[in-house]
Amino acid sequence: MAFLKVEGLAKVYAGARGRPDTVVFEDVNFSLERGEFVCLIGHSGCGKTTILNVLAGLETPSAGAVIVDGREISGPGLDRGVVFQNHALLPWLTVLGNVAFAVRARWPEWPAARVRARAKETLAKVGLAGAEHKRPAELSGGMKQRVGIARAFSIEPKMLLLDEPFGALDALTRGALQDELLRMVQAARQTVFMITHDVDEAILLADRILLMSSGPRARIVEVVENTLPRSRTRADLHHDPQYYRIRNHLLDFLVSRARSAAATGGAPRLVRPGLEGGEVASASEPRERSPRAATNAGVRGATVVSLHSNA
Amino acid sequence: MMPLGLRAAAVSLFLLALLLAAWHLATLPAGGRQAVSDEYAKLVGAAAATGQRSAMPGPLEVGAKLLEHLRDPFYDRGPNDKGIGVQLAYSLGRVLSGFALAAATAIPLGFLIGMSPLAYRALDPFVQVLRPISPLAWMPLALYALKDSHASAVFVIFVCSMWPMLINTAFGVASVRREWIQVARTLELRPPALALRVVLPAAAPTIFTGMRISIGIAWLVIVAAEMLVGGTGIGYFVWNEWNNLSIANILVGIFAIGMVGMGLDQAIGRIARLVSYAE
Repeated sequence: MAFLKVEGLAKVYAGARGRPDTVVFEDVNFSLERGEFVCLIGHSGCGKTTILNVLAGLETPSAGAVIVDGREISGPGLDRGVVFQNHALLPWLTVLGNVAFAVRARWPEWPAARVRARAKETLAKVGLAGAEHKRPAELSGGMKQRVGIARAFSIEPKMLLLDEPFGALDALTRGALQDELLRMVQAARQTVFMITHDVDEAILLADRILLMSSGPRARIVEVVENTLPRSRTRADLHHDPQYYRIRNHLLDFLVSRARSAAATGGAPRLVRPGLEGGEVASASEPRERSPRAATNAGVRGATVVSLHSNA
Repeated sequence: MMPLGLRAAAVSLFLLALLLAAWHLATLPAGGRQAVSDEYAKLVGAAAATGQRSAMPGPLEVGAKLLEHLRDPFYDRGPNDKGIGVQLAYSLGRVLSGFALAAATAIPLGFLIGMSPLAYRALDPFVQVLRPISPLAWMPLALYALKDSHASAVFVIFVCSMWPMLINTAFGVASVRREWIQVARTLELRPPALALRVVLPAAAPTIFTGMRISIGIAWLVIVAAEMLVGGTGIGYFVWNEWNNLSIANILVGIFAIGMVGMGLDQAIGRIARLVSYAE
């Protein structure tokens, strides 16, 4: 039984005065296993953030259901920690106050000292020890988002939802935060659902990458399995030829297929770039398998197709 | 180069000196020529007849009067002769009680209006019609209904300080950033906690701006209200001194009104700084 199951999700905005309804996305199905890191990639406007908000319980879908840990969700909850796109820190509270705010909400029975201790501990994990008494306005963008991550982690959620958390950061800061997030997620065996439009970020972080077609009537068209070893780091990622196969596949999708893919219905295809059948590796590309990839052949209820058309 | 603050203070002092000097020169005795007919001059005395003394007092005279008032601000010698401190205390008492009543009504009501789009729209026409009414227009109605001049003055202050606080609170609450509300919702905060721990601190700076506007208006209105209802207060003091034809006392009263008004504004400004935040 999957930890999170999304079934037949759709969002429709009723058309005003006789105009046709706007279907943002429809028939969205996917699932997450416990401890899995899944990224959702798609062009802006395809409803990525809406899907995340539905998972967070902040928006209600027009159709479909979200089942977390065997229970259908009916609203926001402390079992899901959310990291917002613009960090969404409360500016009148200090860094410590922002994290303590969440800890206090999660464990209202805890005495103040324990709440503070937990908040400090989580802040230390994101490298913010010493900055506890600053206000968000005094922090750089990267530090603000660190506080946002600490706040989401501090409540020990069953699942972490991240909405393009590093989108507004410069490349160096983004890289450092990706490394830290990966470290924390792996240490806590955290289940994560993250939205991004950064292909490299998805390859570094995700176990599986969901590709969404452009709206209207957006769908999840492909599920790309990350066939790189889980021990990958930002430093050695680009030395693995497999990385380029995945990257090219994702970019091909975003650049040329995202728009046309919406028309083709049916279940999302499971894709394992560079590892499907013999025809994938063309003569010009030396075939190198990453050590972990071969063991990663579990097919999760989706159609497996070969990639000869895009390799 | 002196720091900016010091230079600004020097310029301020220079302007003050210029103003006082001009005032002094303009009110100097105008020489010895008799300006009225002989019979009239006999009646009013030499000083008035020759224009030796201007009816408008000079800065020295007003300064002396001010010192006199400051030396004994709290005396009370009957209904028409009270110290300026006593009069100011009456006015302050009315302003603060009317303002407090208004805050106690407008802030919760504004909160409700800001939280509910329905209430916002339903109450908007009332606010739009009531707001432009001069608070003094309520005075006769208040006197008729309350049958007490002091209570009526407080009521007028209540009415005039109501609107800026109501409108600012509603606006502040309605424009709390959506993501802050979402953060609270994902943390399963109950509505009372959401209102107290997110909406209130988020809207506090806007609410205090409303309070600051309100206290300013209240202090403007109290002078006029006290001129109408009479009896006590700084407004009554100024009007009473007009009846006494003591321009020096009127000027002292005007100066005191300005100083106290500034103090009120600064006091709210201080508190507002405590709840302000940078985004």
